[in-house]
Amino acid sequence: MQKLINFDHASATRPLPEVVESMKPYMDELFGNPSSMHSEGQKVKQAIDEAREQVARLINASPEEIVFTASGSESNNFVLKGVAFANRKKGDHIIVSAIEHFSVLQAAKTLEKLGYAVTQIPVDKDGLVNPDDVKKAITDKTILVSIMHANHEIGTIEPITDIVKIVKEKGILVHSDGVQTVGTIAVDVKKLDVDFMSFAAQPFYGPKGVAALYIKKGSRINPLIDGGIQEGGRRAGTENVMGIVGMGKAAEIAAKDMDKRVAHTRSLRDKLIHSLEEKIDHVHLHGHRELRLPNNVNFGFEYIEGESILLFLGMDHILASSGSACTSKALKASHVLLAIGVSHAIANGTILFTPGIDNTEADVELLSEKLPPIVERLRAMSPLYHK
Amino acid sequence: MNGPYSETVMEHFMNPRNVGEIENADGVGTVGNPACGDIMQMFIKVKNDVIIDAKFKTFGCGAAIASSSMATELIKGKSIKDALRVTNSEVTKALGGLPKVKRHCSVLAEQALQSALDDYYKKKGIPSRIKLKSEEEMHQE
Repeated sequence: MQKLINFDHASATRPLPEVVESMKPYMDELFGNPSSMHSEGQKVKQAIDEAREQVARLINASPEEIVFTASGSESNNFVLKGVAFANRKKGDHIIVSAIEHFSVLQAAKTLEKLGYAVTQIPVDKDGLVNPDDVKKAITDKTILVSIMHANHEIGTIEPITDIVKIVKEKGILVHSDGVQTVGTIAVDVKKLDVDFMSFAAQPFYGPKGVAALYIKKGSRINPLIDGGIQEGGRRAGTENVMGIVGMGKAAEIAAKDMDKRVAHTRSLRDKLIHSLEEKIDHVHLHGHRELRLPNNVNFGFEYIEGESILLFLGMDHILASSGSACTSKALKASHVLLAIGVSHAIANGTILFTPGIDNTEADVELLSEKLPPIVERLRAMSPLYHK
Repeated sequence: MNGPYSETVMEHFMNPRNVGEIENADGVGTVGNPACGDIMQMFIKVKNDVIIDAKFKTFGCGAAIASSSMATELIKGKSIKDALRVTNSEVTKALGGLPKVKRHCSVLAEQALQSALDDYYKKKGIPSRIKLKSEEEMHQE
């Protein structure tokens, strides 16, 4: 079988072998419930405690500030709804950016239906939030500002420290969605000074279905899932033990390998950007050139449609994803691309490449060789293209 | 890799028939827009009321390209009267089916054809009874 080349790490990474090994006993002989008093339960409780320490260390938090959840989406819902409900007496206004993940935007929409007010901050053509816009949006009713650390599609890293400074002066809580940054670049929640941060195991070669919310000590938040006293009473339900253990292991390795990973993916990213811009005309790099995730390459190819490009790349066993309406179940072009002012036509011709630790320079060379003829072939068929 | 598509769809996507334009075509139809992600353009050459050639250009996904290719194949050699009766379900069936979310691509192909035939009538000075579907109607099918 031909080698699979994964340039779609944003969708899925392959969990590291050490991660898989660490999880195995918990789907078999270590089956105890961590809430049980007996020895079988306590063995598992210890494993969860250790994972919580490993995960906390990755972002320079204390273990008791980590709540495990089932996904980045759950963490985002948890923080928006949990903070809104817990602080209802203080106010009813929430600020988010226009390019947040759907799990933030949709949770905000639900809160609007419940009577909360939501302000969406626009972004510039590179996807940057202007901290001054946040400042202007704050009212005496504002209870939460939620601005993502880096965008999941265009890779732009937001000026979180500047935003936090402004928001903190007013004594308002700040959340940052760190799903794209935690485990991918060095993240220190103490330095960022955020009150909450969502992140998931999947982007740093951990298992799917497990994530966490960092909750700074003393921050007011209600649980999203009510019930027992698991996770310090902040998230009820028997723990996803296997996933949590895997996330812990992945976090430990991510912390250790961070510099190496960043250097590796950044060099692949820059090589890919350079070679595609050199070989193909009428291409647009979306997102900020410098303030950018090391593993993000997002190009709009004029005159052609993204799904067609993906199908051809798939023939060569190359995986990527697209901002095209045709690849989304809702048949809508990416809200992130439209928010940075990209036209519908180009948004529909956008491909996201996310290299990872398992990619090599040869992979980048192969992609740079395969892509130009695909683009040319599709342009020859396009009614929009005139040579 | 087929993605969500049948063998026939992939075959027509990889090797589309009748790509291009016809100079001095007897009918040209363009439907769709960039917002919905597909634009289809169809060209027909008519002799003695028979479509002797058909070509297309498409901006769109795999299903849109395969539907255009199949539609041009289906109408070549057909009389105008018979071509008028080619429907989206016929295109879909000939392609061995399309995923539900992609059915509108076959409607787009049907409408591109209808639009080209409408243009043919207009050029000939024949009153056309063709009623083209709106963008919304196309997505509802």
